[in-house]
Amino acid sequence: MKHVISALVQNKPGVLAHVAGMFAARAFNIDSLAVGRTDNPELSRMTIVVVGDNRVVEQVRKQLAKIISVVKVQDYVDRSVVTRDLMLISINTPQDKRSEILALINIFRGKVVDVSAKYVMVEISGPEAKIEAFMDACKPYGIKSVVRTGTVAMPRFSKT
Amino acid sequence: MSKTETQSAGKGTCIKTGAQIIVDILQEQGVETVFGYLGGVVLPLFDKIYDAKFNFIIPRHEQGGCHMADAYARATGKTGVVIATSGPGATNLTTGLATANMDSVPLVAITGQVRSDLIGNDAFQEVDTTGITRPITKHNVIVRDVSELASTLREAFHIANTGRKGPVLVDIPVDVAVSSIEWTEPGVIDMPGYKPRLTGHAKQIKTAAQAINSSQRPVLYVGGGIISANASKQLSELAEKANVPVTMTLMGLGAFDQKKPLSLDMLGMHGAAYANFAVQESDLLISIGARFDDRVTGSLKTFCPNAKILHIDIDPASISKNVKVDIPVVGDAIQILPELAALCEHKERKDWFARIAELKKRYPLTYDKQNGLLKPQMVIEEVYNQTKGDAIVTTGVGQHQMWAAQFFKYSRPRQFITSGGLGTMGFGLPAAIGAQAACPDRTVIDFDGDSSFNMTLTELSTAVMYKLPVKVVLLNNGYMGMVRQWQELFYGKRYSQSSLVNPDFGKLAQAMGATGLTCESKDNLQETVSKMLASEGPCVVDFHIEPEENVWPMVPSGKSLHEMDGIDILERLA
Repeated sequence: MKHVISALVQNKPGVLAHVAGMFAARAFNIDSLAVGRTDNPELSRMTIVVVGDNRVVEQVRKQLAKIISVVKVQDYVDRSVVTRDLMLISINTPQDKRSEILALINIFRGKVVDVSAKYVMVEISGPEAKIEAFMDACKPYGIKSVVRTGTVAMPRFSKT
Repeated sequence: MSKTETQSAGKGTCIKTGAQIIVDILQEQGVETVFGYLGGVVLPLFDKIYDAKFNFIIPRHEQGGCHMADAYARATGKTGVVIATSGPGATNLTTGLATANMDSVPLVAITGQVRSDLIGNDAFQEVDTTGITRPITKHNVIVRDVSELASTLREAFHIANTGRKGPVLVDIPVDVAVSSIEWTEPGVIDMPGYKPRLTGHAKQIKTAAQAINSSQRPVLYVGGGIISANASKQLSELAEKANVPVTMTLMGLGAFDQKKPLSLDMLGMHGAAYANFAVQESDLLISIGARFDDRVTGSLKTFCPNAKILHIDIDPASISKNVKVDIPVVGDAIQILPELAALCEHKERKDWFARIAELKKRYPLTYDKQNGLLKPQMVIEEVYNQTKGDAIVTTGVGQHQMWAAQFFKYSRPRQFITSGGLGTMGFGLPAAIGAQAACPDRTVIDFDGDSSFNMTLTELSTAVMYKLPVKVVLLNNGYMGMVRQWQELFYGKRYSQSSLVNPDFGKLAQAMGATGLTCESKDNLQETVSKMLASEGPCVVDFHIEPEENVWPMVPSGKSLHEMDGIDILERLA
């Protein structure tokens, strides 16, 4: 099962190495990892997607929390969260398929961010499934290259 | 900056070099003995150490120095300190750091690093020390600016000796050591990511007490965490009040007085058969400061099949890591145990103690005493008797380590110093030196094997140089004993590469300036041991023991804890 884990870490050199090293040393599998500063310049947030049963994920959470420069760890498993991946994708655009491709981009609410004679570059964000679906839809035209950020996630405000 | 240390830069301020700051922080932290080895980039530091108030011991190899600092810490409970230079100096620390890390020993390692502007350029004696030591330390950090040096070192001491203890490495580029800054007095340490939980959850403690009170066949299974927490007294009080037998891990030996009737001695792969059976037959396993290592549990699938598991530990990550825990309590044993004991009732548990008495009678830890050869167990018992069981014992790793765990009885914490988690051969002699430096008035015995001793015997000249009168009891069977035992049992006696041609250890000791003795027969055992104990300085006794003696009982790797080889032998000898 996929778990989204959020780790608030000190924004210091070596912290990513500590986190990545812990995963490697304990043979935990990272599905995706996204890191960025928070509103507090002292702190960064890592969103880590881990695949494993509850026992494995509990260990991941505890071992993460044990790292001295990790301030707080949350497993979002029981919470409703908004998750987003960002993808940049360059799609082959033969003359006769251009309008078809643009329509497809529209359906997925993608945004064309660069154009050349042969390709368009599209920015698209959303839950992972949507990103995957868009990539599948683009395959018949030919994908030149893809770059993705990994998942970021934030819990929804409680409705009570 | 051209300012030099101790030059006043105004009222109440004092400018110091990084090197001076390191020395001053060591003194501020109450460090009495430092172990370390010189090298190019740490020379500014050693120049300041010249005037320092602490003792300094130079080993013959950084690994030795690290084990010495480690054993110093284990013997005292204080934080051990080791210093090494960049590159090979730092890499030579790795075995020592990994040893301390696995056994949760408080240690601060200070390594020199090449100049900041050379880092990453493959400079002479440059290595990514924090990268290499990341998985084998509790924490490590490189100090890039002298303004962070004092606080980083203070945090290092704080991290090393709080929570689940462990080694912390601080890597210091030489330019940081020579640049200067205003000295800052210690303030409050507040690290947002490091707040060890010390007090146990009251409700969980209550649940734990209820489980103990309603248990018919409880066993306390305690590890090195009791010793780290200085909670031996509290453990005894709990065990006696609740009337629960106590078995210890290798690391836990000394946590509970083995002379007390409640003691079940050691459990595990080479533990006492009665301890292993008792654990398997228990209905409640109360683990305190132990981590369910595979050498203790045997096959996890069949471990304690009918028991609830109660686990008290300061490290939340240790709970439910290997076995599923029914009642977890996270916190410091010294705080939790009195609260738990207060809620426990004294239960008689007649049937359970009768069963344990039967097991103890039927499967004692023993060996064939009629055999004409010099037996290793016999040597250990003789040393035990002549030292009245009072010596500090260190060991290498292997058969001799297990015999030292089985046949010397430990009555106080910090008395038995051994590499449990990592199983570091060569630990015994440098550990004895570190323990002797820590406890000059105690007799320190290193029970060692010939192959373990071969790995670090060069440190004998350190013992001679610093007049540290350690006694090495070398149980010499001409083999890597435990390897040979496994080859005998599991590889059809094909003793591939496990036999050794050794030096004459007695003569070697003499050449290094120590007393060297040899004992080849049990007829000379008593006399040789008294000669050894009466010798003034360091002494090595080469005991030529029966070469093919085995450690019994033995739980073969992957078997259940009660499926022990050799218990038929123990039963016959009982």
